[in-house]
Amino acid sequence: MIPLLKIRNLNKRFGGLHAVNAVSFDLKKGAIKAVIGPNGAGKTTLFNLICGALAADSGAVEFDSQPILGLKPYQIAASGIARTFQNIKMFPGMTALENVMVGLHTKSRAGFWAGMLHLPSTLCEEKRIRDRAYELLELLDIAQFADIEARSLAFGQQRAVEFARALASDPTLLLLDEPAAGLNIYETAEVARLITKIQQQGITVLLVEHDMSLVMDISDEIVVLSFGQHIAEGTPSEIQHNKEVIQIYLGE
Amino acid sequence: MATKKITTIALLVTVVVIVQIGTQLTGTSYYLTQLTMTMYSCLLIIGLCLVMGYAGQISLGHAGFFAIGGYTSASLTTLNVLPSLESGSSCVHLLNSFGLLTASTSMYGDPLLRIHPWIAFVVAITLTALIAFALGIPVLKLKGHYLAMATLGFGIIIFRIVLAMAFFGEADGISDVPGFTLLPGLTVTGNIEERIVNYYIAAAVLISGFVLLLNLIDSRVGRALRAIHGAEDAADAMGINTARYKLYTFVLSAVFAAIAGVLLTHYTGGISPSDAGVMKSVRYVAIVAIGGMASLWGALAMGGVLNFLSLRGLFGSYDDAVFGAILIIIMLFAPEGVLRLSLWSTLKRFKVER
Repeated sequence: MIPLLKIRNLNKRFGGLHAVNAVSFDLKKGAIKAVIGPNGAGKTTLFNLICGALAADSGAVEFDSQPILGLKPYQIAASGIARTFQNIKMFPGMTALENVMVGLHTKSRAGFWAGMLHLPSTLCEEKRIRDRAYELLELLDIAQFADIEARSLAFGQQRAVEFARALASDPTLLLLDEPAAGLNIYETAEVARLITKIQQQGITVLLVEHDMSLVMDISDEIVVLSFGQHIAEGTPSEIQHNKEVIQIYLGE
Repeated sequence: MATKKITTIALLVTVVVIVQIGTQLTGTSYYLTQLTMTMYSCLLIIGLCLVMGYAGQISLGHAGFFAIGGYTSASLTTLNVLPSLESGSSCVHLLNSFGLLTASTSMYGDPLLRIHPWIAFVVAITLTALIAFALGIPVLKLKGHYLAMATLGFGIIIFRIVLAMAFFGEADGISDVPGFTLLPGLTVTGNIEERIVNYYIAAAVLISGFVLLLNLIDSRVGRALRAIHGAEDAADAMGINTARYKLYTFVLSAVFAAIAGVLLTHYTGGISPSDAGVMKSVRYVAIVAIGGMASLWGALAMGGVLNFLSLRGLFGSYDDAVFGAILIIIMLFAPEGVLRLSLWSTLKRFKVER
């Protein structure tokens, strides 16, 4: 089977720092794959390269058999890759519902003229966006927060809104950047439940995470990075017994 | 949602009518001239508010766009094309055969043949949009004060061009600009007999522009703009083409400035280099800031009040200094504008503590 995401020999340097060093791996459709590694291993850089926020120095990334390296972030998003951020980036001054409505951007069309004139077709589309956004909030059990400013919600709730916002674009691949960062154990368990729920919708998930219990629980496969290099790859139990990985995490 | 819009329009129309009747009853209908000029300035200000408050981009070059509109229309409509018609210019012949030239006589009784203001209007708006587009592509890549500097540079260039070129009347500017007949019987002109009609024309233009912008921010595009302003990388990740949205907003607001420039020039009968000056741009930015950046209502209200007071000469020869001082005070004490409740509660607390 052709992998959904294929990363080959990807490189990124920041001055003297080789943040991502010849990284290659595949992501199977429908799987949950985790990228782990100590701080500064290049995990978030890898994410930013995949979604176009950073330009790679060399290498190749193929999504759905199409090369995506060099495309603009909005083009990559439109091709079906959605992402969340480590430090949840809710849009300020917007309610939870409006945040999710922004997520539906690629699923709607109204431009400047339509926006200024509020044509009947525009209002119709607007209603469709609103209803769909509300559905997504319901799906993640946060519909009761729809009209509350997203930034004033608790961290865990904001995380759920961010998931809804990312799912709004109907992605085939979802990149989660440390979804459990800053959450307590109950909220982390909730996030684990959400990620599994997302996978059940047929969405492939690639996540970067520090919380080992979360990673070991939900991942089908794990990639380990250290100092920008691919160290190991395998199922959670394989990784748990990998000597090199243990050495990186625990020291000698 | 529709009822809210009707309420908005009804409210604005009521204010406009009450003010007009008020001036008539109190015998101060000469205020209407300044109010008309104020409303055209407000058109520019709400456009700038869209760029600054919603798309989060600063422009210190909006007086430049105002001037491009005003000067284009003024120079085209004061040009006597009779000599070129007689010498057989095919272009002028074409305009003439479509009835797009208007005949009149100069103050010395010489026959004049001029381009219809509608043609000049279309040329002015198209030209402004093209310039804003060409300028926007490179400069909107900049952020914060770099963008401010770049747009400031643009404003200065436009100012020096109109000051230096004989075609634009150098330091004198262009005067004797004819009225702009929008429709038969509806002319934008400074004639005293048509003062009330012109007051309503300006109000109609401003309210239409205001409603269009209110609609825009309450739409998919408006959400995208607020998203870009709030967290650009997250907006990118939502599939929003941030560069294009910023550019289109910039062009749209430049067009608002140009429409204001054209209409105000025909209303006052002339335009001069000071209208293109950098201090004018600073003043527009100050008014948007006082109104609270991301508030079209605030921009409209503050634009109305401050422009009117300035035109009435309340600030005397310290006009520019007053706007500079207001900008400093706002940035220090009320960066979210004077119409925010938080400001009043801060002031109240201050009073109690004393």
